[in-house]
Amino acid sequence: MASDRVGSGDDVRRAHDDHPPFRYPDYKSTMARSPERDMVTVLRTLSERTGPGPAWSAVEDDDADLTTNAGTGGRAIGARIVVTGRVLDAHGAPVPDTLVEIWQANAAGRYTHWRETEYDAPLDPNFLGVGQCHTDADGIYEFLTIRPGPYPWGNHPNAWRPAHVHLSLLGPALGSRLVTQLYFAGDPMLELDPIYCSAPPHSRHRMLAHYDHDVSVENWATGWRFDIVLAGEHATPGERQDD
Amino acid sequence: MGRPRRTRQTPSQTVGPFFGMALGREGDEVLVDDDTPGERIRLEGRLLDGNGDPVEDGLVELWQADASGRYRHPLDDWDPPPSTGDARGFTGFGRCPTAFETGAWAFDTIRPGAVADPAGGMQAPHLNLVVQARGMLDALFTRVYLDDEPANEADRVLQSVPAERRATLVATRQDGDDPPTFVLDLHLQGPDETVFLDV
Repeated sequence: MASDRVGSGDDVRRAHDDHPPFRYPDYKSTMARSPERDMVTVLRTLSERTGPGPAWSAVEDDDADLTTNAGTGGRAIGARIVVTGRVLDAHGAPVPDTLVEIWQANAAGRYTHWRETEYDAPLDPNFLGVGQCHTDADGIYEFLTIRPGPYPWGNHPNAWRPAHVHLSLLGPALGSRLVTQLYFAGDPMLELDPIYCSAPPHSRHRMLAHYDHDVSVENWATGWRFDIVLAGEHATPGERQDD
Repeated sequence: MGRPRRTRQTPSQTVGPFFGMALGREGDEVLVDDDTPGERIRLEGRLLDGNGDPVEDGLVELWQADASGRYRHPLDDWDPPPSTGDARGFTGFGRCPTAFETGAWAFDTIRPGAVADPAGGMQAPHLNLVVQARGMLDALFTRVYLDDEPANEADRVLQSVPAERRATLVATRQDGDDPPTFVLDLHLQGPDETVFLDV
């Protein structure tokens, strides 16, 4: 029954033991930016159970081809990849109406961000490294992009971020808000990366995209599958409990 | 009735320093246009770390009901319009990256109406914030109440917060501004640490 599954929502809250701790000393920037007081648990109201996904998806156009969306007429340099997967709720049900926004470095490990100045890697005039799309009724999203390169950062001596794609998910419930990073299965640099390793060992595998031959497009792009599991549950209007 | 075993959630990761490429679009901090019904307000503050220093690469996101207390969401009997693109109107969602020198953020929006409380009665008007930054491995959720709202005294969520920390959720109306400006600094850590909500 819907009434059994809505209400306080304790079983679908953000499962903090699946997520990194806020304070993680190996990632130095967390030290002054991590709360130290207990969170206050709230009964989920419409404020938490609704979110901008449906409304925002209605006004944002898809822009899912990062190999051409710089608009120069040229193509981005690098190994073309298709990244696709399903967005699921805490019960494993698909979540539609989710705006998926991604940003990433180019094939050489360089971002098009004004702050990226230390690493002398080439920019690609045909690659912005930014894209967005919406999940469909089955919770499926898909991007065409290029495989990003690793890049150095200043956290510790000879520190390198393994190749990754940043993903932001803005769905039907604010409490499901997630920003994460996609890594590539088999990357030997993962175990050296404090950001990847900040996630508990039992849930790290959820951040790995796996090669999927069924997703690869002949003579065009290799395919990578990356499913995403959110906190919360995808409630439909029939399950409304607030009035 | 059996309940499906919970699936492990995909771990959160930091937005890092470069999220502005995708999430920092100018104008997303303005929720209103000339046609938006409701009382115009400005909500602003700074995002500060445990040393009291500005968080220069943070992201504050806002989700709120409209002036009549309705969310733009199917659970609140709202259906997406058939048209897309230019006619954005009021979605109830805004984004503001913090300013690099000061950690300041601001939204131009409307005073939200009261939203029903599933435990009974109405909640006081409030705005929901999601806070992220480089150096934060997960998002933080909080609420902002407005200090000129008498309904705050009866709001179940606000009253459930220990009295000595309640002020971290209440923005202060400034004298003389038109439209009225409400100010609230967000503290990630330290003696004035903001109350964050487990949702």
